Amino acid sequence: MIAVILALLIVPLAAAIACAVLPVKLAPVITPISGVACFGLVLALIPAAGHRDLSYLSYLRVDALSEIFLLATGFLYGAVAVYSVGYIKHHDEDRDQQHRDRYARRFYAGLNLFGWAMLAAPIMSSLALLWIAVEITTIVSALLVAIENTDGAAEAAWKYVLIASAGLGLALLATVFAYFAGSQILGEHYNLAISPLIGVSKNLPHTPVRLAFMLAVLGYGTKVGFFPVHTWLPDAHSEAPTPVSALLSGALLATSFYAILRYYQVASGTLGSGFPRDTLLAFGVASLLLAALYVFGQRDIKRLLAYSSVEHMGILAIGVSFGAPVALAGVLLHVLAHAAAKGNAFMGAGVFTVKFGTKQISALRGGLDVLPWSGPLFLIAVFALSAMPPSGIFRSEFQIVYGGLGSGNYAAAAVLVAGVTVVFFGLTASATRMLFTPAPVQRAPARGELRRGEPSAWMVVPMVAGVAVLLILGLHPPGELTGLIARAVTQLGATR
Amino acid sequence: MMSGVQAPGVYEGAANVIAAGMLLLEFGMLRQALVRDQVRLYMAQSALISVLAIVIAADRNLPDLYALAALSAALKVVAVPLVLRRLLRRAGLDDEETRGVAGSNTLSPATAVLAGIVLAAFGFFCFGALGIHGPAAPTLALALAAAMVLVSFGLMIVRRDVASQAIGFFSLENAISLAALVVASGLPFLLETGFLFDLLVAVVVFGMLIRAHHSRSASLSTADLTKLQG
Repeated sequence: MIAVILALLIVPLAAAIACAVLPVKLAPVITPISGVACFGLVLALIPAAGHRDLSYLSYLRVDALSEIFLLATGFLYGAVAVYSVGYIKHHDEDRDQQHRDRYARRFYAGLNLFGWAMLAAPIMSSLALLWIAVEITTIVSALLVAIENTDGAAEAAWKYVLIASAGLGLALLATVFAYFAGSQILGEHYNLAISPLIGVSKNLPHTPVRLAFMLAVLGYGTKVGFFPVHTWLPDAHSEAPTPVSALLSGALLATSFYAILRYYQVASGTLGSGFPRDTLLAFGVASLLLAALYVFGQRDIKRLLAYSSVEHMGILAIGVSFGAPVALAGVLLHVLAHAAAKGNAFMGAGVFTVKFGTKQISALRGGLDVLPWSGPLFLIAVFALSAMPPSGIFRSEFQIVYGGLGSGNYAAAAVLVAGVTVVFFGLTASATRMLFTPAPVQRAPARGELRRGEPSAWMVVPMVAGVAVLLILGLHPPGELTGLIARAVTQLGATR
Repeated sequence: MMSGVQAPGVYEGAANVIAAGMLLLEFGMLRQALVRDQVRLYMAQSALISVLAIVIAADRNLPDLYALAALSAALKVVAVPLVLRRLLRRAGLDDEETRGVAGSNTLSPATAVLAGIVLAAFGFFCFGALGIHGPAAPTLALALAAAMVLVSFGLMIVRRDVASQAIGFFSLENAISLAALVVASGLPFLLETGFLFDLLVAVVVFGMLIRAHHSRSASLSTADLTKLQG
């Protein structure tokens, strides 16, 4: 298995370097190969990670929990790598070839590097290396947000890099206190490895652990998009190139949430489950309510989807706070289903923006008439995000609510259902207007006549794969996957 | 040994004095109007961090920390200020007063310092009350580091230009290094260098984004970054 894990760390990095130095026309070949290969590698880890913890070279470690997040990132990286080929082909079509080549080179190199950093984070065995990996994701993605070189992109990138770096500063402080707590028991040469820390968590001093957990929730929570430190998120998601938005939303937020879960494991061992769960509940409910307020009245399709991400991260936090095994299983399933659904929604929105030449919802009309594949696929993604059966998100949210009711958290479960319902109305109102309202004749788009047809098959295939994943997760998750989730739930220390 | 108040040892005394000096420099940055003076204060603050690392290395016999002190000095006293200065020069900011950097305080210097004192006191007393202590963790220095973290956040908030905000972030990183040195001096060398390397990359990226911002808006002010709302 070590070969698979090492390959996961080498393949995307090699792809990034290759895209940076080799002729740019090779990048659209290298990137999809790297993306799909990484997804294959992550899939190959499922059977082993479902039965034991894989630990190598003292700094690499994959257990069931990290494998879940690897799956989400691996799938989305693969899908987006394929999608990007079509996206880049139609990007800046009116600019000269030299400009387009430079853009493509930067984009592909950055995308692979971003994928690499996000795949590396859950593989790291130490909280310090985890922090470094998450910080690298910030740096790379900030450059990818700025790549469009517009006023909006420059503004979004600056806000993102400043707010996220400040947040990660707090996360670094959390790492320092985690080391302090661990070194009291494990000695000075303790290297912040996760599993020994969880092993001795019952004996750790309380105050440093409590402090580390709070700082981690606030610090990594900045990157998850928890209220009130979510403010960079809608800007970055709306101004980044669409494939990057999909990765930010489906994979990066989840990777940061993974970091919080690691601190949650330690904190609930030391402090008992009460304090960590209450903290997550507060952040989760606040984020959900904020998203429910903001999905209405959004004019930019990508901003709308960004607020939906805030909602789903809130759902994850609330689900963990319930603590019941079925709710935790729901949370982990939700990570996977959200990656597929949000990836699809962004990729669909990206096809709309390529076709119509704008992100403004009011200008996107008659989608079903002009986009025979992407239109319906986008609608399916929005319905999936709103937890319509038979999508995977329906199953996961059902499990979370069921777990909440079963563990006596009636009020929080009720808020969850209400919030999700409100967001459903907000999302579907915009989506149905985009798809079913015919385009007004007098406001014919500036980019010439819109002919019926997809911009590129490269952009449709990954969305079809996403729908397949959503259906599999919703109708009948494979036995290996449920075994993996069950093992991860035990690691999270589920109690009723 | 008598019970009651004990004189601090060399290490603890040095840590406390250096931490207090760093906090004062942070206040200096908060009130300083010109970016190039802020960069100087940042250099001094970073030099203090390296001194502290050497003191700890000698006192607690941790040879790794000498190397860390050297690396940290090379990066934070030499490289980061160099990058920042070059950036400012390239942006043609020798006449800073006219470019919206000098007047970028949202508060008057006096009010900003008062707010800083409130923040610092809050952080200092909160951390003092937590009572985190260990064989190698002087409570006072840790509380001062917490105060510095909050003041550096204050600095990022009250300034409306990208250069000062970046310096605020770098000094936040100094505050965290201080906390790390006093509570986690034994942290393995590999990880410490990882953090430093990360800072280096962050500096480069901050620099690139500052340049991008400057080339678009011909100023370093963030006052016009208001397009993305809601």
